[in-house]
Amino acid sequence: MPKLTIDGKPVEVVDGTTIYDAARKHGIRIPTLCYLESIQAIGACRVCVVEVEGARTLVASCVMPAAEGMKVITNSRRVREARRAVVELLLSEHNGNCQTCERNNDCELQAVAFDLGIKEITYEGGKTKADVDSSTEAIVRDNGKCIKCRRCVAVCTQVQKVGALFPQFRGFKTVIGPAFGRDLDAVTCIQCGQCAAVCPVGAIVEKDHIGRVWTALDDPTKTVVVQTAPAVRAALGECFGMPAGTLVTGKMVAALRRLGFDTVFDTNFTADLTIIEEGMELLSRLKKAVKDKKPAALPQFTSCSPGWIKYVEHFYPEFIPNLSTCKSPQQMFGTVAKTYWAKKIGKKAEDIFVVSVMPCVAKKYECSRPEMNDSGVQDVDAVLTTRELGRMIKQAGIDFTSLPDEVVDPIMGVSSGAADIFANTGGVMQAALRTAFEVITGRELPFENLYIEAIAGMEGIKEAEVTIEGTLPEWSFLEGVTCKFAVAHGIGNAHRLMENLKSGKSSYHFVEVMTCPGGCIGGGGQPRLTTDAIRKNRIKAIYKEDAGKKVRKSHENPKIKQIYGEFLNMPLGEKSHHLLHTEYVSRDRV
Amino acid sequence: MAAKTCTCSLEVNEQELLKRLDDVLNDYKGKPGALIPVLQITQKMFGYLPEVALKRISRKLDKPFSEVAGVVGFYSFFSTVPRGRHLIRVCLGTACYVRGGKQVLDAIKKNLSIDVGETTTDRNFSLEVARCFGACGLAPAITVDDDVHQRVKPARVKEILEAYLPGKAVKRVKSPGKKGGRK
Ligand code: SF4
Ligand code: SF4
Ligand code: SF4
Ligand code: FES
Repeated sequence: MPKLTIDGKPVEVVDGTTIYDAARKHGIRIPTLCYLESIQAIGACRVCVVEVEGARTLVASCVMPAAEGMKVITNSRRVREARRAVVELLLSEHNGNCQTCERNNDCELQAVAFDLGIKEITYEGGKTKADVDSSTEAIVRDNGKCIKCRRCVAVCTQVQKVGALFPQFRGFKTVIGPAFGRDLDAVTCIQCGQCAAVCPVGAIVEKDHIGRVWTALDDPTKTVVVQTAPAVRAALGECFGMPAGTLVTGKMVAALRRLGFDTVFDTNFTADLTIIEEGMELLSRLKKAVKDKKPAALPQFTSCSPGWIKYVEHFYPEFIPNLSTCKSPQQMFGTVAKTYWAKKIGKKAEDIFVVSVMPCVAKKYECSRPEMNDSGVQDVDAVLTTRELGRMIKQAGIDFTSLPDEVVDPIMGVSSGAADIFANTGGVMQAALRTAFEVITGRELPFENLYIEAIAGMEGIKEAEVTIEGTLPEWSFLEGVTCKFAVAHGIGNAHRLMENLKSGKSSYHFVEVMTCPGGCIGGGGQPRLTTDAIRKNRIKAIYKEDAGKKVRKSHENPKIKQIYGEFLNMPLGEKSHHLLHTEYVSRDRV
Repeated sequence: MAAKTCTCSLEVNEQELLKRLDDVLNDYKGKPGALIPVLQITQKMFGYLPEVALKRISRKLDKPFSEVAGVVGFYSFFSTVPRGRHLIRVCLGTACYVRGGKQVLDAIKKNLSIDVGETTTDRNFSLEVARCFGACGLAPAITVDDDVHQRVKPARVKEILEAYLPGKAVKRVKSPGKKGGRK
């Protein structure tokens, strides 16, 4: 436990703590551009330099361990000047234009430059050239703005285990990007957007859909309907300076109405629908395996996270049959809105414009998949990230924080608490179990408050088992069967889980995977910069939303009963098969 | 591992070479720091680093393809374009440069229709530039394989190169460009 002083303040930290972490713990802020909590500390940007008494040169505090007796100064003239020089050098090469940059006002480089009081750039240097790659549906990269901090590499390689990005070439020609400087659509990128979520500058951003949404809103021939994913309501407030974990459901609905959306619905409605379809799909696979003793693709994997789908298609195509064939709630919503609801309001599918607001970047990719047009036209027309919605609200001059609370429109706005928790890692599993257990036994899932702690936390891979007892006659073949479940979040954890499955080290009946750490609340489209503390606050908010709902189980949602009665007939029926289920393709690995 | 260094390995069936690469990869699998030695062996075997070999390396060593590509791009001695039977190196050291090395290089480029770092489609010639090989007294100089040619004039380029021709017309090989692969 080394004791040291930082800016004269005596502090004691555990062995191996860096100066940066020690300072932070004691309320001293050191600027950073490449450091990423618990993911990367590589000393690349040198913005975090500090003075250590006796050391000849300044040291990068993010990599230097605190040592006994050290005297650290984080704020001397020398330190300030060195930091300023580093940032000036970055700016002298930076192909930036803040006023028109997507990251204006939300850029770490801009903020650091401002905090350091940089007034002019004394270095003359060649600017990097703009080099924009918009080859994919969800991500836009511009090497011209890249400051080579490598956060995206660390996230893509370590957290997501995809490894689409790496430094290419050398010297002045170095770029951070896909193999041999190719476009992102030529490599195995899963479009998760976790790189865009950590990039300190405007070098990786989501593909802008704001323009097409304004166009649709201005078009009098279109009925523009919006759905919002549950994770958005737990984070949107952050775009307006509210603390992480503030639930803004009511204000969000009010803002959407003021933006001009004709109808404000909720992705939660089709999350409930997903639970019915996916739960019944699981039960039918179990029946096939246990009762009919036929081969069935078990474990069944959840299919609501499009990054995970693309990951399986690239890296584990042999497991494609295990993926639930259910479309994600976003895509079910698009199809149902342009068929069921269109009929109700007497419109044609092509007259309806469906906008999603998602915590996710991959949803932009998902809606563009060629098979996602079962309504006869593209089912979901535009996908806004939480950040983009925040921006649109600002563009419209809406004072978000003083908006009243409003409620969503009926029918496709009605949902259960089970749908809310889709936003959290472990949520889909819990929601599915709430329904499946009751279908089999006629009784409520035997967990206090319907909350399964074992699969709810931030652990990378979580497991649970339920032994089924007291089955209804129809499901008696499941009597005494112990069902095993697993939940993984972050593709790196999913990768570990898949390897364990492959080697036979583990076996399950049902597995939930969410692409992003923490689940959708930590999505690539959420307000930056998402830390673990922020994830936990958002998760708490979502569980609060669930607990506050009258209806907590998908099958008890009256509007779900109604849509089966009026339109779909039965789960896994012919109509469902055509409208709510989909298929996958095997893709190249590299 | 019997690694062939001669360019005639190009004639060996690629499947055969890939099989040999698998043996190498089995040896190195799981060992730390394997990537660079494996790439060196591969380049010796194939004469260059073909993409199919790089992909195999990426999978077997469990390294992202982007990282393998990054390492290949970082070191100038790795090449992803096939080498020709004859390597032409043009000196652009100071002495050669001032005495017309650049013009000689241009003449060669024009004659072969390839750029520096490229290989003719018939894989006869590869072209590189160099920094002085100690023939400054008789600049400008070029080498073709181990032969040094001095006081080269642009007009003489054709004649020099003809000596190495198998007799076919040469066409430019396109280096692997951007894009490719499935989305
Ligand atoms: S990345 Fe940041 S500094 Fe660069 S142009 Fe955009 S806002 Fe400005
Ligand atoms: S979107 Fe995801 S997979 Fe693609 S480069 Fe970014 S982090 Fe990697
Ligand atoms: S793209 Fe962004 S995150 Fe990646 S290295 Fe460049 S600046 Fe850093
Ligand atoms: S934050 Fe320490 S070097 Fe970048």
